[in-house]
Amino acid sequence: MLIQRRTFLKMGSLATASMLVPKMLQAIIRNGAETVPAGNKVLVILQLSGGNDGLNTVVPVRNDIYYRSRPVLGLQREKTLALTDEAGLHPELSFFKSLYDEGQLGILNSVGYPAPDRSHFRSMDIWQSASDSSEVWQTGWLGRYLDEQCKACNLPVQALEIDDTLSLALKGGLQKAIALKDPRQLYNNSHRDYLKRLSQAHHQQEHEQPVDYLYQTMAGTLSSADYIFEKSKAKATTTLYPKTELGKSLKTIASLILADSNTRVYYVSIGSFDTHVGQEGQQARLFRQINEAVSAFTQDMKDNHRFEDVLLLTFSEFGRRVAQNASNGTDHGTANNMFFIGGGLKQQGLLNALPDLQLLQDGDLRYEVDFKSVYATVLNQWLGADDEKILGRKMSRLSFI
Amino acid sequence: MATSNQTRNQHLLGRAGFGIDYHMLHRLDDIAPHKLYKKLEKASAATPQVLDTVSPFVRQALNSEEEDGETPTMDADARKAYRAEQRRQINKQSNTDIRQLSLAWMKEMAESEAQLREKMALFWHGHFASRVNNSLYQQQLLQVIRENALGRFGDLLRGVSKSASMLSFLNNQQNRKKKPNENFAREVMELFTMGRGHYSEHDIKEAARAFTGWGFERNGAFVFREKVHDDGVKTILGQRGNFDGDAVLDIILQQKQTAQFLCTKLYRYFVNEKADEQQVAWLADRFYKSDYHIGELLHDIFTSEWFYEERHIGARIKSPVEYLAGIRRVLPMTLHNEEVMVLLQRLLGQWLFNPPNVAGWPGGTAWIDSSSLMLRLRIPGLIRSDEPIKLKPKGNDDVQMGQKELLPAGKGKARKPGSSYQIVAQIDWPALEKELNKSGQEALYDKLEAFLLQTPAGSADKEAVMKLVDISSEERYLQTLVITFMSTPEYQLC
Repeated sequence: MLIQRRTFLKMGSLATASMLVPKMLQAIIRNGAETVPAGNKVLVILQLSGGNDGLNTVVPVRNDIYYRSRPVLGLQREKTLALTDEAGLHPELSFFKSLYDEGQLGILNSVGYPAPDRSHFRSMDIWQSASDSSEVWQTGWLGRYLDEQCKACNLPVQALEIDDTLSLALKGGLQKAIALKDPRQLYNNSHRDYLKRLSQAHHQQEHEQPVDYLYQTMAGTLSSADYIFEKSKAKATTTLYPKTELGKSLKTIASLILADSNTRVYYVSIGSFDTHVGQEGQQARLFRQINEAVSAFTQDMKDNHRFEDVLLLTFSEFGRRVAQNASNGTDHGTANNMFFIGGGLKQQGLLNALPDLQLLQDGDLRYEVDFKSVYATVLNQWLGADDEKILGRKMSRLSFI
Repeated sequence: MATSNQTRNQHLLGRAGFGIDYHMLHRLDDIAPHKLYKKLEKASAATPQVLDTVSPFVRQALNSEEEDGETPTMDADARKAYRAEQRRQINKQSNTDIRQLSLAWMKEMAESEAQLREKMALFWHGHFASRVNNSLYQQQLLQVIRENALGRFGDLLRGVSKSASMLSFLNNQQNRKKKPNENFAREVMELFTMGRGHYSEHDIKEAARAFTGWGFERNGAFVFREKVHDDGVKTILGQRGNFDGDAVLDIILQQKQTAQFLCTKLYRYFVNEKADEQQVAWLADRFYKSDYHIGELLHDIFTSEWFYEERHIGARIKSPVEYLAGIRRVLPMTLHNEEVMVLLQRLLGQWLFNPPNVAGWPGGTAWIDSSSLMLRLRIPGLIRSDEPIKLKPKGNDDVQMGQKELLPAGKGKARKPGSSYQIVAQIDWPALEKELNKSGQEALYDKLEAFLLQTPAGSADKEAVMKLVDISSEERYLQTLVITFMSTPEYQLC
C-alpha cells in the first residue's frame, strides 16, 4: 500500500511528461494508477443555480398565451434572436445563436421529472442525485459514475468541480470528485510539504480504519492538486477569457482539457437565477456572462481541434411559472430547457417541440422528457458508462449524441 | 496494553459531549469513567433555558392575526401584494434570526456544562431534520428537542410531530380529508421511527388519513382542524380503528422495530459506524422495556464495558459542528467574531438548521471530501493567525431569493463570503500552559499528543509534525505543537 502511494505521488511529475512517454507505457501508467476508460471525451456541466426562466431563454414568439401571461416580462419577437419562426433566443445569447446556426447547439425543451418540488435545495438535490422526488439519495449521479469507473483510481481527478466546496452531484458512495477554484491555491498552501510528509509516513493498517480513509483523501487531494496544477500550466491557454468568475473557471477547464488531463467531467455553477423581483436585468446580466465565457471557451476548443470531444450542457433545478408575478419577476416553476453544445452532436437545433402553453398543470409547464433520460444518454453514449447501474434504473436514451 | 483512564475519559467526553475542556487536562487520569458519566448526567438534568433569538418583528408579525396591517379597503390584489411583501420580510429577518440561533446554540455546545444534553440535541436535530426559513418555528422546534433530548422518546416524537416547523416542512397543512398528502406520514415512519421495510404503502396511506387536520397557527401553536380530519376507520400496522394522529404515534411506539431502528442509529452515532447486532439488540430490548427512556439508554451505552473497547476509540469522524465546538473547548480562546462559525459550518458541510434533506446529514466518511478535509487541516492555523479564509460556500437560493449574499463578519461589518473573512480569536496560551504543568520538550510532546489525538501514539508521524513546530522558545514550542497536532488527520477523529 505504502509503495503504491509513493509511486503515485511521483505520478504527478511523470504524468506531465506523458506526451513524451511511448503510447504503450502510457497505457500501463493509466491502467496502474489512473484507470480511465479509453477515449478522450469530456463533459462540462454548467449549472444555472436558482431556477433559470426557460420561457425567457427560448422564447415562444408566436404564442399569445406567453405574451398574455407576461405583459411586462414577455420578450417581443423582434428583440429575440430568431431560431425558427416560432422560437427566439434571449437577446444576450448571441453566441448561442451563432452556435445554433452552425449546428453546434441542441436545445431540449420541457425537461423535468414527475411530482416536481418547488424548493430550490430539494429540487437541486433531485437533479444532482437523480432520485425520484419521493426519495432521498445521499450520493450524486456523477459521484456514482466515479464509483463505477474509478474503482482502483489513486488519483481522483476524473471529475473536477471548479468551486470551493463539492456539490452532491459529485459525491459517490466510495469516490468523491475534487473541488477547487484555483489550481494554485492548494499548490501554494503553506502546509503542503508538512501534509505530504505526514501522508508519506502513514502506514495503512491491515483492516482499514477511519484514519486510513482520511489519509487516503489527503494524499489523493495533494497529488491531484499537483497534477492539476502542473497540467493547468502545461498548456495554459492563450485565448482571451472574460475576467468574470465563470470566465476564469472555463479558462481553467480549457487549460486542463488542452493538456490532456485525465478529467472526464467538469462541473461549474453560476447564479443566482432566482428572479422573483426585477427579472429582466438580472437574467440579462447572467446571460451576458455566460455568453462571453462560453464563447471564449468554444473558440478555444475549436482553435485547438478539441471541440468534437467536448460536450457542454446546461441545466437548472427548475424553470419558472408561466405567468409573471406582481414584482416583474417570476416564481418557482417546473419543467425547463437544457442546452447542449459541442462539435459532436448528432442532432442539432430544437430537439423537440416548444412547451405547450395550453396544456398547463396549475399554471406550470408539464415535463415531456425526464432529465434522467438525458443523464442516461450522456453516461452511456458520451462517457461510455453503465447508465443503468449508475442511475439504478433503465431510462430511455435520447439520440442527440 | 490496558487503556488508560485518561483515554477512556476522553473517549467518553468526545462521544457524550464535545470533547475535553482544557480545565480538565490535569484531572483526566484521576477519575473513573463511570463517575465522570454521572457528572455529565447531573449537569444535563435541568430543563434548558430557551435560546431566544427571534426578532420582535418576526414575533409580532406571526403573533398577530393574518389581517393585521391590512385595511378593509384593500382590494384583493393589494391584499395579495401586502401579504407577499410581509412573507418576504419575515423570510429575510428569519434568516438573520436563525443565524443568531445557530451561534447561540454553538456557544452552548462549546461552553455549557450540559454537554450530554446538547450532544444528544445535535443528534435529534439531524434525526428530525427540518429546513424552514421561519425563525420562530425553528426556535420552537429546537426547544422541543433540547427539552426532551434525554427524556422519553414518545414525548419527543409527539412534540416534534406537532411543531409548526415539522408540520410545515413535511406539508401536513396540505393533508386534508379530501386530498390527503402522505409526506408527513411517510417520513414519520421511514425516518423518525421504524425505518424502511417495516410498513407497507397501505400503512402510509392510512396513517396519512389519520394525520389529516394536524396543522399550526401562525404563531406556531399546534391546531387540530376537525373539519378537514378524516375520522373514518383505518387499518394501520395490523390494527383497526378510528385512529387520529396521536393514536398512530402510539401504534408506532408499540412496534419493537422502533426501538431497534433508533438503537441502531444511536449506536452508529455514539459507538461505531459498524453496528454490533448483539449489542444493539440488547440495547433495543432495554430501551423498549423502559418505555423509550433516552437517558437510560445512554446510561446503558456509556457505562457498558464494550463502549470502552479499543476498537471504538478514535474510530469516529467528528462532524463539523462537533469539530468546531471541540476546538473551542480544548483551547482557552476568545472568539471575537462568532459569526464566522456559520461560514465554517457551511464550508465544512453541516449548516445547522439547513440539513441537506429530510434524512439529515449522512455522517461518517460523508463529512470528508478533498475541500472539507483541507479546510479542517487549516482551521487551527487560521485561529492562531490573521490569515483570511478566502473560501466561498455554495449559495442558498431558498433564503437569498435572488439577492447577493453578504455575511456578517463581526462588529457590524458585512463581507462577501470568499473575501478577507478571518477567524478573529485570541488564545490564552498561559492559561493552557498552567494546566499542563511544567515538563520537558519530549514529555510535553507525549502529553499533548495524548490529549489531542485519540489514535494510538505515533500515528501522526513525529518527524513530520516536528517540521512545523517552532522550537526557538518554550512558548512557541507549545503553541506550534498544539496547532500542529490539531492540523492532523488524526485530530478529525474522536
